[in-house]
Amino acid sequence: MSDAGIHVPTAARTQTVVASAGLVAWARLNLFGSWWSTAVTLLLGYIILRVVAGVVEWGLIHAIWTVPYSATGIADTAICQVAKGTGACWAVLTDKYRLILFGRYPYAEQWRPAIVVLLFIGLYIVSGMRRFWRKELLVVWVVVLAAIGILMGGGVFGLSDITEDYWGGLPITLILATFGAAFSFPLAVLVALGRRATKLPAVKLLCVLYVEIIRGVPLIAVLFMASVMFPLFMPAGINVDKLLRAQIAFILFAGAYLAEVIRGGLQALPAGQAEAADALGLSYWKKTAFIILPQALRLVIPPLVNTFIGFFKDTSLVLIIGIFDLLTMGKVALSDPPWQSFSTEVYLGLAAVYIAFCFAMSKYSRSLERDLNRARDR
Amino acid sequence: MSDTTVDPRLAAPRAVPKRRMRLSWADPVFRSVVWQVLIVGVVVAIAWYLIHNTSTNLAARHIATGFGFLGRVAGIPIGESMIPYDPAADTYGTALLIGVLNTLNIAVIGIILATILGTLIGIGRLSKNWLLAKLTGFYVETLRDIPLLLQLLFWYTVLQGLPGPKQAWHIDDIAFLSNRGLKLPRLEWQTAHTWALAVFFAGLFVTWLGTRRAHRRQDATGVRPAVWPVAVAVLIVLPVIVWAALGAPFVLEFPALRGFNFQGGLTLAPEYFALLLGLVTYTASYIAEIVRSGIQAVPQGQWEASRALGLSSGAILRWIVLPQALRVIVPPMTSQYLNLTKNSSLAVAIGYQDVVSIANTTLNQTGQAIEGIAFIMAVYLTISLSISLFMNWYNARIALVER
Repeated sequence: MSDAGIHVPTAARTQTVVASAGLVAWARLNLFGSWWSTAVTLLLGYIILRVVAGVVEWGLIHAIWTVPYSATGIADTAICQVAKGTGACWAVLTDKYRLILFGRYPYAEQWRPAIVVLLFIGLYIVSGMRRFWRKELLVVWVVVLAAIGILMGGGVFGLSDITEDYWGGLPITLILATFGAAFSFPLAVLVALGRRATKLPAVKLLCVLYVEIIRGVPLIAVLFMASVMFPLFMPAGINVDKLLRAQIAFILFAGAYLAEVIRGGLQALPAGQAEAADALGLSYWKKTAFIILPQALRLVIPPLVNTFIGFFKDTSLVLIIGIFDLLTMGKVALSDPPWQSFSTEVYLGLAAVYIAFCFAMSKYSRSLERDLNRARDR
Repeated sequence: MSDTTVDPRLAAPRAVPKRRMRLSWADPVFRSVVWQVLIVGVVVAIAWYLIHNTSTNLAARHIATGFGFLGRVAGIPIGESMIPYDPAADTYGTALLIGVLNTLNIAVIGIILATILGTLIGIGRLSKNWLLAKLTGFYVETLRDIPLLLQLLFWYTVLQGLPGPKQAWHIDDIAFLSNRGLKLPRLEWQTAHTWALAVFFAGLFVTWLGTRRAHRRQDATGVRPAVWPVAVAVLIVLPVIVWAALGAPFVLEFPALRGFNFQGGLTLAPEYFALLLGLVTYTASYIAEIVRSGIQAVPQGQWEASRALGLSSGAILRWIVLPQALRVIVPPMTSQYLNLTKNSSLAVAIGYQDVVSIANTTLNQTGQAIEGIAFIMAVYLTISLSISLFMNWYNARIALVER
């Protein structure tokens, strides 16, 4: 703010000059601006230094990275037990990381889930780039998801057949989140449109009931429904496996939340767009497909990404109904007797994986929001 | 043709022509009817198919239906209960009621604590102090990116890994933190406390009346009579007098180590404490962002204008900034409160017996899955609806009244 023309006390004027450049000046302004600020800085600085020093000492200096194995291949964790409390035992991760990441998938075949994980990451990156936002992306999704199914299940192209009982770890987390989003998306679009269909009151009522009931209950209730009620719904003799049941529950759950996000986009679109389309004599579906949806969906891409981050974290809840996702595999690894008391290390490792995915996505969502806002504000 | 004769079509009030629906695809009314019949028909058919399968399956498996099991003896051991409970004698109905109370307990306490922590962190993010702003930013970014269930499991194992009661971390003989949970002193509740509390609530009502009267007086005369002397008298002085008149009892029951465990005092079991800790820290990271964006939504000019009017910074916050920020804050806050309540169902993973946990045990024991799930859904829908209604009422109260 310019002080030109305003009477400024000399002291204040010199202070402004001092605080305009240099590290010291920056610190004076941002760390020691007032007595109160100085006290906060000193207190927090002390606490942070203590904590960082403690973490470095525990996690790096005194940490144990490998342990010897007995002749039978059982880890001898005696040195970890001794170091417990003073040093981290990362050996639990170096020993168990394959189990945690890929579950009970046959060891020799674990390159397949590894490629699946890379395919998922590649799919996210490609979908995130704005230059690929066209119809062909849909084809890419279908192809990649099909490839993922083939790689995991096998049975064709000389890949050995591996049933879902052996799937586990990170691929399960990614499958639940991605397939959930992919299949719930069309459902969510239809529900969002249905909720705004004032001329179809019965359809509107159905959509409102679906969205509000699903959003009113916790995900666990929906997952329980899939695991204990779903078998009752099916005719005798048909047995849908556990993973597919959880996936269906997830799709139903995600559909309700996505529908609300998409409805937000539909509401934000000026009514003139729909009226102009009507004036041109477009049918409802043409109007929706070519005028309304392309604009409405573009408006809600950042909240869609945020919702997807939520689903990604929510997949961990399948632990409660006994599906071997990343978090469940962490618990399974901890059930091995020698490693039982090193849960902190395992949980930190799992947290790092979740943070890596979620942080990347939220960073992306924010930069996208900025870009889109800039385009809109112009 | 004469000009004086009035056209009968003009004289009669013109009724809206009752258009008949044509049986043609070109008629929008017809189309909408067909679409609705079609969609509702498909949904009903699917529902009927599922219900039919379910009843066949239930009959084949000899599973009873209906809520008759609520009256049977439960036999579920429950660690924490706000009402007296005996597994050998009490019914499933009582057990489920305890579950509901436990859920409400964690939700209410969690919402209060998360609001306080979240507000502090949200304000911290706006601090001029670089270190504080960065640290609170780090807190928000990290906690939001870790699944809540992972955090709960982490806190639970941390609490279980604490030393036993004999080596408990303690502050004198007042508070003990061990693998048996957190022990705090408890006030021995006596009649005098009940009366003092009753007088306090009566005082709240009187204060409310006083505020209303002051509002009316201010509207009429422009002078606002002071309410605070009355408030102090009825909220603090009067309850204290009542309490003192009834003998001023104040006995704290301290937790004490007897044998291998603590006796007496207030106990926060590890399950409860872990759940509370996880829910509060996780939800606070979302609330912090809501509070921050709410405060930032108030234009800088509002602060500058209030300073120009000579208001103190407390008055600016109370009368200028907060009323405007709250309008932005309340709607997303409502959904966070709902999320916290729904997330409390993760209790089932760490063994705190909330409604989901007890209903799950019930449905495993009785085999009545549909009733169990229906009960869970009914409870949460009721809670969600109540919170929504309350927050909508509050939102309407603070909304901008435009002419």
